[in-house]
Amino acid sequence: MDGNSRIESRQGCCCEGSGAPLDVILPSDDDLISSIISSPRIQKVSAELTIHDKIGTWKARWGINRMNYKVSPGVYSIGEADNMSPVLVTANYKMSFDLLRKELSGLNAWILVLDTKGINVWCAAGKGTFGTDELVRRISIVNLSRIVSHKTLILPQLGASGVSAHEVQKRSGFKVVFGPVRASDIQDFLKAGMKATPEMRKVRFNMYDRLVLTPIELVGTFKVSLIIFGVLFMLNLLKAGSFGIVDFYGYAGALLVGCVLVPILLPWIPGKAFAWKGWLVGFLWAGYVNVLNGWPLEPEYGLLRALAYMLILPSISAFYAMNFTGSSTYTSFSGVIKEMKTAVPAIIGSIAIGTVLILLAAFVPNI
Amino acid sequence: MKHKYLKNVVTLKLDEEKCKGCGICAIVCPHEVFLIKEDKAVITDKDSCMECGACAKNCPFSAIEVKSGVGCAYAIIIGKLTGTEPNCGCSGDANGCC
Repeated sequence: MDGNSRIESRQGCCCEGSGAPLDVILPSDDDLISSIISSPRIQKVSAELTIHDKIGTWKARWGINRMNYKVSPGVYSIGEADNMSPVLVTANYKMSFDLLRKELSGLNAWILVLDTKGINVWCAAGKGTFGTDELVRRISIVNLSRIVSHKTLILPQLGASGVSAHEVQKRSGFKVVFGPVRASDIQDFLKAGMKATPEMRKVRFNMYDRLVLTPIELVGTFKVSLIIFGVLFMLNLLKAGSFGIVDFYGYAGALLVGCVLVPILLPWIPGKAFAWKGWLVGFLWAGYVNVLNGWPLEPEYGLLRALAYMLILPSISAFYAMNFTGSSTYTSFSGVIKEMKTAVPAIIGSIAIGTVLILLAAFVPNI
Repeated sequence: MKHKYLKNVVTLKLDEEKCKGCGICAIVCPHEVFLIKEDKAVITDKDSCMECGACAKNCPFSAIEVKSGVGCAYAIIIGKLTGTEPNCGCSGDANGCC
């Protein structure tokens, strides 16, 4: 083979029940597959990421084609894998697959990719698609016991919420060893005889981890932001000049507080609940917006409107910050429910009151 | 800096009678909630539990119980609005497929 081929996942659908590989292999300049070895189902991949792979990761971070960024489930080989080489299991989200294979340079290994519908390991484990059933099924589809002569699979630790190791062993004969949380520790883990240090077992959520998640938070707000601007524009048609640049940057700032600033500064903002953290920073922002416009003297847009901003802007930040619970690595379901019981009514209430005030200020003269 | 979330809300429970001290819970836990002491698991840091359910799923003796679910406000809101189980936005089903 010429070494220049690529996998093309069949577009769109996840409902192929047969489990047969969905791919056709097309010649291209993307060298994900560097050659095809004996079995048509085993594809050889490189530990090197191409510029194409890196752009793909960047696009997925910005939500571009993120829901269809997949590799096909099955077995892949790295280096000169033989029947004694370790088997590493991952998800078929291409970013997960790439994060794993780029850490495998110099190794001879097999990668077993499960069909997780293009979702990363941890999220898919939570949904059960990176799960016991799929793993057992995939082992038999690819005929793993004919590829390797040992009976050990290495799974990322975060797959454990979907995969029950003892059940996999009972049903397939393969022993599941949970490897490190991060692929970057896999070589050390293997060198240590498949032993993970406590540090490898811990999920981190440092500033960089949080920063890379902020683009998708922002992209997710575009639609609702456009609707809000649309409504303000319509109201402006009723009475010219009711809404203007202050509303625009006030909202944009509140949004950036919730989607970017709070995630980045997360551990340093006082308090525990995400909505509270968002509200607090949003409150400072709202105060600053009013100061910019003449507070503590009466702002040019009047006290009523200044008060409305103090109600609305922190609530917007609180809402977006609360949504970041879904991206965090440490919030529990019970905790989020508890937080929401207070936060959601408070957010809705203060936005409602603020909106009434702002409409009064805009449309009722001499108030 | 260690992240801390709300206290005393977690549903994690360990049945010491059933526990045989195999240690798998301490291996799979991403937040060091368990410690193995004298051949028994103990919960040492319950408030750090994020209810991912990995320990319960992997306990061969069914000694651990936890009500696991997505710790994601957006998913919970959408779940409430549509009357379905909370399911996060990272779902591939968003393609309108199946």
